[in-house]
Amino acid sequence: MTGDTKAIKDHAALADAFNADEPRVNWHDETLWFIRQKRDKAAHTIPDWEQLRETASRIKHNVLSNLHDYLLQFESNAKANGIIVHWAADAAEHNQIVHAILQKHKVDRIVKSKSMLTEECHLNDYLAENGIEVIDTDLGERIVQLAKEPPSHIVLPCIHKKKEEIGDLFHEHLGTPAGMADPQVLTEAARQHLRETFLTRRAALTGVNFAIAETGEFVICTNEGNADMGAHLADVHIACMGIEKLIPKREHLGVFLRLLARSATGQPITTYSSHFKKPREGHELHLVLVDNGRSTQLGRENFRNSLKCIRCGACMNTCPVYRRSGGHSYHTAVAGPIGSILAPNLDMKKNADLPFASTLCGSCSNVCPVKIDIHDQLYKWRQVIVKEGYADKKKRLGMKAMTQAFASPTTFQLAGKAGRWFMRNVPFVVNNNLNPWYKQREMPAPPKESFGEWYQKNRKKTDE
Amino acid sequence: MSSRDSILAAVARNQPELLPLQEVPSFASEEANLGEKFSTVAVSIGSKVFRVQSIEEAKQILLKEHSGARRVISVFPEFADVAEASPVSDTDPHTLADVDLAVLPAQLGVAENAALWVTDAQLPLRVLPFICQNLALVVPQQNIIPLMHHAYDVIGAQEYGFGTFIAGPSKTADIEQSLVLGAHGARTLSVFILV
Repeated sequence: MTGDTKAIKDHAALADAFNADEPRVNWHDETLWFIRQKRDKAAHTIPDWEQLRETASRIKHNVLSNLHDYLLQFESNAKANGIIVHWAADAAEHNQIVHAILQKHKVDRIVKSKSMLTEECHLNDYLAENGIEVIDTDLGERIVQLAKEPPSHIVLPCIHKKKEEIGDLFHEHLGTPAGMADPQVLTEAARQHLRETFLTRRAALTGVNFAIAETGEFVICTNEGNADMGAHLADVHIACMGIEKLIPKREHLGVFLRLLARSATGQPITTYSSHFKKPREGHELHLVLVDNGRSTQLGRENFRNSLKCIRCGACMNTCPVYRRSGGHSYHTAVAGPIGSILAPNLDMKKNADLPFASTLCGSCSNVCPVKIDIHDQLYKWRQVIVKEGYADKKKRLGMKAMTQAFASPTTFQLAGKAGRWFMRNVPFVVNNNLNPWYKQREMPAPPKESFGEWYQKNRKKTDE
Repeated sequence: MSSRDSILAAVARNQPELLPLQEVPSFASEEANLGEKFSTVAVSIGSKVFRVQSIEEAKQILLKEHSGARRVISVFPEFADVAEASPVSDTDPHTLADVDLAVLPAQLGVAENAALWVTDAQLPLRVLPFICQNLALVVPQQNIIPLMHHAYDVIGAQEYGFGTFIAGPSKTADIEQSLVLGAHGARTLSVFILV
């Protein structure tokens, strides 16, 4: 499918656009691989790393198998702590709940720290339509917000941007000198601008990294301190979380906080791991529990493990396809391998291309801190998508032709012979713009004969 | 049916058969010198570390390190002549916007990641360690433990409204992966290990 036949361009078409600038793609590739290497270094400092992953994985399996009870336990403890708990079945209800809280407090300007859930629900657009200004406070998110783009990575929202482009944005919006692209100077400008914002907003919205059933508290991890600056200065704090973010006990944070930052950026821990248990005296603390397809995914036996995800982004940093196609090519809030197994659950037709945006090399599964079988799920989604009739038409026809060729030895041999003849004698028939296999690569020289032909010849020789 | 009930019903319907919650295995550290390990990691994440015999000694170091600091808040009585005592809990947090230096005790330090645990019990106002330009935390050497698991063993069922691990100064690498200290929180973190 190309952009002509589909309103939204698919991964291949968007990746094509990203690949137009080769040095830039190489830079993107190397930057993410550098983070992957930092992750390796951090993981190797822990002798029990594999046991830690296994432990985290088992805790998450238990969570998924007992989610109903953990949700009830969490709700009752959170309420006892003075937290106001809301439930949202889908994105629309989530957005309405947030809006209603803001209306009640007559707030029309808020600060927000990183929350991929609100990206998933398109909260910013919804609030803007309702006259509420949202300022994203994570530096990377503020940068993409100024650029009117979505984040391209769940941990590193503007990893696709060059510092010169950020300098231009800051010059336009924050008044930094033209041509200034020094990260230190730009970060300082953002600090000044956002400090002013923190001090003047009466409501703060945050995400949630972990919520603990046993205590009714939740934990937010940041390096910048933006979630804390927002939450502790505002009159109203609204935290939004997917229902799969629960963990059973406080002590389990010991496992997950050891894994999260090391897997994400190679840091031993994020600068701040803040535990919110009760509202500040005289202030409101709201928590919105969001389903939005998660309970459906829980029922898909082959795909429910995707709900174990702790959003570290390691699968993206290691993925050869993500690194060379960029986060925006996935056209969904969560990009990369994990996004490609989450998105088809929300909209199979719209995201039918994503499970195919992978080489199935398995590197994602190997680095995943909670041992999600990501590449297996990508493979399984492909089968579901083809069966449901959502696969790319060209791919379907190709697969049909391949099935026929492989099913009959005569057709197979004939096809092989024809292919070799064409590649040798009239290469332009196959090596042209219509054949994606030749994009950015040369094919090896075709062999003179097939293995079948070679075997026939040599077998006869020994028999003689 | 309310969304709450329909979500809970869908979850109950779709969740797989119960898999038991196993005990977290005991993770150990071979680190012999916890103070040294803590200091090495702390420095690597941008903190300054000082080993001191007394709060008075920490005060002298801080006065030299932050000689330009105009507004200082400390809960330690030793700072009474140079700092405001901790603000009362119903103080408007916005009034702390011009604090240059805050000096607070930490309950415990974790050697593997140089994180320091602080709760309401140490914080007059939650925003204080984030809004101040510079932060200093004091931790007794014997309260440095090896791993995060040990930290949660100590924290146990501790009661708090808010608690946080602080590991280093606020930072970001969002612009081309260039590390910059001083994003939105404190620009510097000085850790005093009280021996």
